[in-house]
Amino acid sequence: MVQVTLWGGLVPLADNQKTISVEAGTIRELLRKLEDRYPALSGPIKNQVAVVVDGVIYRNDWSQPLAEDAEVFLMRRLAGG
Amino acid sequence: MSFDATHQKEQFKSVGTRPLRPDGVDKVTGRARYGADFNMPGQLVARVLRSPHAHARIVKIDTTRAEAVKGVKAVVTADDLPDLTNGDAALFAILDNCMARTKALYDGHAVAAVAAIDEKAAKQALKLIDVEYEVLPHVVDVDAAMAPDAPVLNDAIFTEGVTPKPDTASNVANRSEFGHGDVEAGFEAADFIVERSYKTGQTHQGYIEPHACVASCNPDGTAELWVCTQGHFVYRQNCADLLGLEVSKLRVTSSEIGGGFGGKTHVWAEPVALALSRKAGRPVKLVMSREEVFRASGPTSATSIDVKIGARKDGRITAATATLRYTSGPYPDMWAELGAMTSFACYDLENVKTVGFEVVVNRPKVAAYRAPSAPMAAFAVESAVDELAHKIGMDAVAFRIKNAAKEGTKSSYGPVYGPIGIGPTLEAAKAHPHMSAPLRENQGRGMACGFWFNFGGQTCTDLNINADGTVTLAVGTVDVGGSRASLSLIAAEELGIEYQDVKAVVADTATLGYNDMTDGSRGTFSSSMATISAARNAVEIMRQRAALMWDIPVEDIYWEDGHAKAAGSKYGNLAPLSVKDIAAESGNTGGPIAGHSELVADGAGVSFATHICDVEVDPETGSTRIVRYTVIQDAGKAVHPSYVEGQYQGGAAQGIGWALNEEYIYGDDGRLQNPGFLDYRIPVCSDLPMIDTQILEIPNPNHPYGVRGVGETSIVPPLAAIANAVSNAAGVRMSHIPMSPPRILAALKDAKG
Repeated sequence: MVQVTLWGGLVPLADNQKTISVEAGTIRELLRKLEDRYPALSGPIKNQVAVVVDGVIYRNDWSQPLAEDAEVFLMRRLAGG
Repeated sequence: MSFDATHQKEQFKSVGTRPLRPDGVDKVTGRARYGADFNMPGQLVARVLRSPHAHARIVKIDTTRAEAVKGVKAVVTADDLPDLTNGDAALFAILDNCMARTKALYDGHAVAAVAAIDEKAAKQALKLIDVEYEVLPHVVDVDAAMAPDAPVLNDAIFTEGVTPKPDTASNVANRSEFGHGDVEAGFEAADFIVERSYKTGQTHQGYIEPHACVASCNPDGTAELWVCTQGHFVYRQNCADLLGLEVSKLRVTSSEIGGGFGGKTHVWAEPVALALSRKAGRPVKLVMSREEVFRASGPTSATSIDVKIGARKDGRITAATATLRYTSGPYPDMWAELGAMTSFACYDLENVKTVGFEVVVNRPKVAAYRAPSAPMAAFAVESAVDELAHKIGMDAVAFRIKNAAKEGTKSSYGPVYGPIGIGPTLEAAKAHPHMSAPLRENQGRGMACGFWFNFGGQTCTDLNINADGTVTLAVGTVDVGGSRASLSLIAAEELGIEYQDVKAVVADTATLGYNDMTDGSRGTFSSSMATISAARNAVEIMRQRAALMWDIPVEDIYWEDGHAKAAGSKYGNLAPLSVKDIAAESGNTGGPIAGHSELVADGAGVSFATHICDVEVDPETGSTRIVRYTVIQDAGKAVHPSYVEGQYQGGAAQGIGWALNEEYIYGDDGRLQNPGFLDYRIPVCSDLPMIDTQILEIPNPNHPYGVRGVGETSIVPPLAAIANAVSNAAGVRMSHIPMSPPRILAALKDAKG
């Protein structure tokens, strides 16, 4: 079970939950289960999300494994110059 | 991702050397082809009509008279670029920015465009396009735009991120918040508090090459685009989406690029060129003038920021807050959010809170500018940090070291840091001779830290072993800072061949799989990972070919120092086979040899820098001179150290211009007053000292060679480092960027009372 923290803009789309517990072994599984539980998250997850796992930002690699005690944040996809 | 990106290699032969760049001769002899250097038979000249008003409803556009001009082949308006964005707000903003639909939202907003056989006809036609405007009240200042009585740009914008959601429209598109702990309790525990407000002007990336392209739409539905861009695959997607083209039918070739710095990360005029070509049935060349670049391509945000930091007598920060208001031009974006995330990222804070407000104004659509949003936030925070250190009576570096983030720190934007490099850059600054060098009268020293995220992304690379054993490397990330040299070094290193035997090219969109653009400091980080992967795949094939040549099992062949070698003694004294040996036989051992790679290069790792600056201020004129400047930054592993140094120096140079001179100046009429390099002054060589650099190499655990991105972080500390230096030299705290001579004189005058 990983604890995932949402960025502020997502909280209203997830029944005002800031932190959510999800049983997931990879980022892909985590995002899929979040979408199943909170369908309103589908749009942001498809277009805007980056996932921070133990301090490392993942923008694309949804196969990344999640340890039981992983610290996970959903962040907006960053712009760069 | 099947490729193992874990850091493994620590001994290098090619990586870390400084060979000449492969594109150098063409660039210094004028043979390199930039956006405007390409031509197609029968091409037309495009010119864009732009709004003279900061905010106006477009009542009617009549192009009849323009179309009648001899030599005019097409005139387009928003009607020729119908909305195909399907509810995608970000894409709609790009579309509306390319060609205004119902309202002109800033001085310079495109409202129509002409393609003609020559410039004279095109210009004449522009004058004959009749646009009826209903001029509306405008607002360009970030604080003024937030006022309750400000003219509202878009009736559909209701502030997101606040509860309850407002029932009236405003210019504040979004509120974001980050942090942890109890800041009120933290301030209660503080012995000293600094609280101050700061402003920064809007700056342009100042790339020397204007936006330029040649577009050609064919009757069969195919199209070609030659363009100056940081990401031709992204431009292809943008244009295909906006014009309803199939992606595979639009071939985009990136030219050499004379600077981008984030400003060439999405389309500005390219869909207009394609629309003109589609309508005219001929190729169309569109080149922006410098004035158009300033007025109508993306600058950075103007900002207004409040910072409050408290600390105990022993120098430990107890609480920190920042409220950041960023302009985004007329379309909502996430620039303040990035500022809010990065503000306090350098520090280990128990109690921290940052709030960002995205504010729409009648200025050009904001684009990324090198570590977008971080420099302004760092200016405000690092100024306050410096002031607080002075107040406590601590050395500025020691104060920062005491509060620096480290492995295990919960960052101000949420996640806990892994191994990070802020501490080593501060320790290096403390030990640097610059910090103890004597200063003369009217001179001051400042230093500051900076943070940026860095990222990787989708990357695809082809590596072909030619019949003579030389190697052609095709990459899809545009070379903005010498990456063809660094990627050639990477290929040479991995294959064990000479740098001179590798030729790297940037492939067009039809010849390579999708690549994200060169942004987020990802070019060398990502494409080097893909190059290593491709080279390893090629090595596997060369082992198989060697097995055929020797007629022994491939399992008995290993690769070492650029050669296939037979393992053990059972094969006698077989001479190792070089890449050239194997390539020469390739026709009879299975055909061409190539390595391919497609991967996602995630795990770029965050980046930190510390800068030191000495400034001399003339108290009579307010003019400033940068006397000495030092950049200290972690590169993970510097593949081509000269280009890493160049990135550090370039970021510092741009930061110096931003800190001291550069600023969009608007008149009361909302029109940009200084859209040219005479009135918008970027630094030239004679304005700058030699910028000293110190490369730290703390390997990135998520890259096989330990490489980190280096392109952006170097622009984060300069505003603050220079502001601290000027403040120390002038004896008065400077809180408004740029610190132009009039502002410095005014501050000195205020200080005298």
